[in-house]
Amino acid sequence: MTDQTSTPVLDAKGVAKRFGAVVALHDASLQVAKGQIVALMGANGAGKSTFVKILTGALKADAGHVRIKGRDSTVGSPAAAKKWGLVPVYQEPSLIPDLDVADNLRLGDTPVEPFRHWVDELGITDLRLDRMIGRLPLATLRVLDLARALAASPDVLLLDEMTAALPTDLVDRVLRVVREQADAGRSVIYISHRFAEIAALCDRATVLRDGATVGDLPITPGVEDRVVEMMLGNLTSAVANRARSAAPDRSTAVPPRLQVTGLKVGTRLSDVSLELHRGEVLGVVALEGQGQDELFDVLAGQRRATSGDVRVDGQPVSFHHPADAIAAGLTFVPGDRAHALLMARSVRENIAIPLLARPRDWGAVPMREEARRVASAIDRLQIDTRAQGEVRRLSGGNQQKVTIARWIAKGVQTLLLFDPTRGIDIRTKRQIYALVRDLADQGAAVLYYTSELAEIPLACDRALVIFNGRVTGIVEAADADEPTLMRLAYGLAGTSPEVVA
Amino acid sequence: MSRIVSTHGWTLGLAGLLALLLVATKVIQPDFGISGLDSLARAALPFALATVGMAIVVIAGGIDLSIAAMMAVASVTGAVLMAGATDGQSVGVVAFVLLVGLGMGAINGALIVLTRVPDIVVTLAMLFVWQGVALLILNAPGGAAAPWLRDLIVGGVTLPGIPSSLTAWLPKGVVFLAVCVAVIWLPILRSKLGLMFYAIGSDHLAAFRSGVPVGRTRIAAYAVCGLFAALGGLSVTMSTGIGEPIPGPYLLASVAAVVLGGVVLGGGRGGLIGPILAVFVLRLVRMDLTLMSVDPNVTTIIEGSIMVVVVMFGAVLANRGRTT
Amino acid sequence: MTDVAANPPVLRRLGRLMTDNPLLPLVVLLLLLVGVLAILNPAIISGFWFSNTIKIAIPLAMLAACQTLTMLTGGIDLSAGTVATITAFVAATLSPMVGVPAAVAVALGCAVLVGLANGFGVAIARVHPLIMTLGTALIANGCLLVYQRFVIATGVKIPDFLVWLGTGRSLGLPNSLVVFIPFAVLIIWAQRRTGFGRLLYAVGSNEAAARLSGVRVWQVHFTLYALSSVIAGLTGLLYLGQIKTASLSLALPLDLPSVAAAVVGGTSIFGGRGGYGGTILGALILTVLTTMLTLLQMPEGGRRILFGLIILAVTAIYIRLTDRS
Repeated sequence: MTDQTSTPVLDAKGVAKRFGAVVALHDASLQVAKGQIVALMGANGAGKSTFVKILTGALKADAGHVRIKGRDSTVGSPAAAKKWGLVPVYQEPSLIPDLDVADNLRLGDTPVEPFRHWVDELGITDLRLDRMIGRLPLATLRVLDLARALAASPDVLLLDEMTAALPTDLVDRVLRVVREQADAGRSVIYISHRFAEIAALCDRATVLRDGATVGDLPITPGVEDRVVEMMLGNLTSAVANRARSAAPDRSTAVPPRLQVTGLKVGTRLSDVSLELHRGEVLGVVALEGQGQDELFDVLAGQRRATSGDVRVDGQPVSFHHPADAIAAGLTFVPGDRAHALLMARSVRENIAIPLLARPRDWGAVPMREEARRVASAIDRLQIDTRAQGEVRRLSGGNQQKVTIARWIAKGVQTLLLFDPTRGIDIRTKRQIYALVRDLADQGAAVLYYTSELAEIPLACDRALVIFNGRVTGIVEAADADEPTLMRLAYGLAGTSPEVVA
Repeated sequence: MSRIVSTHGWTLGLAGLLALLLVATKVIQPDFGISGLDSLARAALPFALATVGMAIVVIAGGIDLSIAAMMAVASVTGAVLMAGATDGQSVGVVAFVLLVGLGMGAINGALIVLTRVPDIVVTLAMLFVWQGVALLILNAPGGAAAPWLRDLIVGGVTLPGIPSSLTAWLPKGVVFLAVCVAVIWLPILRSKLGLMFYAIGSDHLAAFRSGVPVGRTRIAAYAVCGLFAALGGLSVTMSTGIGEPIPGPYLLASVAAVVLGGVVLGGGRGGLIGPILAVFVLRLVRMDLTLMSVDPNVTTIIEGSIMVVVVMFGAVLANRGRTT
Repeated sequence: MTDVAANPPVLRRLGRLMTDNPLLPLVVLLLLLVGVLAILNPAIISGFWFSNTIKIAIPLAMLAACQTLTMLTGGIDLSAGTVATITAFVAATLSPMVGVPAAVAVALGCAVLVGLANGFGVAIARVHPLIMTLGTALIANGCLLVYQRFVIATGVKIPDFLVWLGTGRSLGLPNSLVVFIPFAVLIIWAQRRTGFGRLLYAVGSNEAAARLSGVRVWQVHFTLYALSSVIAGLTGLLYLGQIKTASLSLALPLDLPSVAAAVVGGTSIFGGRGGYGGTILGALILTVLTTMLTLLQMPEGGRRILFGLIILAVTAIYIRLTDRS
């Protein structure tokens, strides 16, 4: 079925890419032979999405080479990638919502007959070409995207989380069609978080970690453990034991600070319940896009829940605006610092905004009082303000501290931290763990989503794991070793390796 | 195809509204007839052409605040060059003015793409620039229009061999508009360029991923808008016989007609028939108010209020569309 | 783009200099222009000329305050000129009938009405400020024309204190400084030291962040546009005293220069950066530039082109230097 000896259809070696000071990739490689299906795997932040962008021409690599059918690729745009025989299907549908199906085909020069054939083959028999894209359900759009890619008869098909939004019957059809493609001599790069699919479909798995390719294994029964191990890297990274001054009060006498029951938001978050007590740090672990964004958005007043119940100190709440959440004592630090900071303003102004938000605070700023609060927050977080002036001149770590300092200055009751340590240096990370523990010890409740599993035992008391919009487990910090969390995060229940396929 | 179907309801509603207003006009002014239709068509023509231009950039996800100023440039350029020109030369002048319009639009578009300054700021700055250019060409109304141009839009249609009583009710202004739109827009709509306009307006990332050259398409949309602005400016000169360097109230009117015509601010949705009908609706409202001998300034207030309310309504709809 | 890549340190240093000391290059530019003017026509520079330049620049600087404040949030107020005109016209025509205090009160009331309409459209319906303020300007202008027909026979009276403020001179300096200095101090203080002023910057530099910090953005917008109209109304009154005729297009020639003054003064049209100090310098620069253009006999059309290009160029350079796209 596969021919390992011939020149690979796609051959990427030593690909590197940095964004400013952040190294996204430093040595990524991937070989795909004719007729092969290769899974590209990696934990959050391993550099997968950057690598995909480089392969498809959306980004230019700083170093390394990408060869397609033996020639150096000069792919500079998705249109050019298609000419080279490389056709990607992105995670987000790339069809124009305000055009009908036929016009979308015309726009991308897709021949209609093969497209129709593939749509039928993929199990959608009643598609009319004059249907408007914007009115079609997401699952159908994913299938149309795939059919459009197949109709271009690509040499290499790149599927990014192809099955994420699909119902089971469609998943089966997609997997079958992709397998047939490979059998017909085409190559496929398959990106997915779902081990079951990878085991059923792929020939090999290439694993990325911290911007480099760390392994390339054939798929055999029980290979999941090896892959998980590779994605995690060196497990000897010592988990420093920290002393907890007081155990959080989880008694039933006091209502929990925050109680969420049966929360459903849109299509991503299906059913999540949690309890967060005063003095507790509850970690949240999930792969990208499993509904954690929606969970935090609802708690921060950014988005309305579809159904479910949220209580603060036992009182049901419903937030229409972040101001409502803040009034209830729920303060949110978003994952993307660019969303939280006034980059062109000073540290002081950034920290002081919540103090001025309500119209009654619009008058003269009590400069001394403000200076005192800001100074004490800066002091507590050890923000390096030598780079006076604009916040965007601070390092990433210091910027992140500013977003937290804002709520320290205001007074913290419940802090919702969304991946606060992403892309910052190790020293700052440690300061943030210490701060989080410190806040909890003083009675604050902290909900702490992190994409780095190793942080859970360092900062949290318990961890809630979400997969596919549902809670797959709640783990005490003591038991929260990375393999356990990873298995739960991939929806692999239990501790024994589950043989799939 | 379904695009036409989905906007059908709205467009039909507008057509119905227009018919109602025509009946109302006849009730208010029983001798409203062929000449009334003719003056309506002529008054609406520059508005309609401006609206078509605006609708095209809005469909492509932009906006052009300099449209009235570009019309002024076209109007004075045409009038100045046509003063004392022969009929043959004036044909050349018309072609030149249209090229100038295409060029102005392309400059707007290119500045937006190259400077990365948002469209609304670039076209605001260019509004002043084109105003200045118009004033430099002609600093007070003046110049002339070739008589044959005036004949193109004044009076009813006459066809050889058909009794004029059958065709005279159809104002030449409407025919002129229809021909302009048919000759310029239909081929674009049929070609891939038209699809690309809708594509970049609807979702420019998806368009890029579908292989659309986003920057070039945007420049093309502004250029076509400039072309229609030039036609609009020429139509001002055609109906008044002179060039008008001070831009008329076409900017707000065209945005309002575009919104009322079912084109969503933000792009990707709507066609040109709705906005054109909307122009006639708005003009007819004004005409009826005048016929009812309402103070023309009060008419301006009412008209302005209608436009502002329409635009607000459109903004609310666009915001709702974005959040759901 | 290529030259940015070729010598980034120089440009970056320049960008940093401009963002750290935004007023410095403006002062240099102003002195440069005055210098060129002195070379072109040495006779023109005198104490009287300085005083006169300040006098002419003051209404422009005040109207540019509307643009500065709205631009700080990423908006603009194109109805400012119309509002100034209406306030002036109403005050002048009502004064003979109801007395000066009542006339001024009614006139400012009209300004507030327009401001509330703008505020409603921008804050609640979320129409782009440019379109909204253009629309209210159109309607307000229609109202003014209707109003004018009713008062056409009543005559015009320019309140004495406005004439004193607008045209008078004390100790060689224009009396309008009596209004302008406290006004400028108040605005500069408010933009830095009040919660509302800080929120203008916050909303303009990152609306999402302001929302996340608990700011209800519509409240800020609504108050802002009402305030902007009040400032425009005050400007209209002052300008009435300076021009001493109540015309239907009194302050309209200031509309475009007021935007240009704010942009030249370093206020970003995208919001979040700039301030009123720069705008005052911008107004002075434009006034001197206008004198120069008049001296060079540049026609009105050329002036408009120049102003348009200045706005575009300053904005484009700003985007390059700060790389915020």
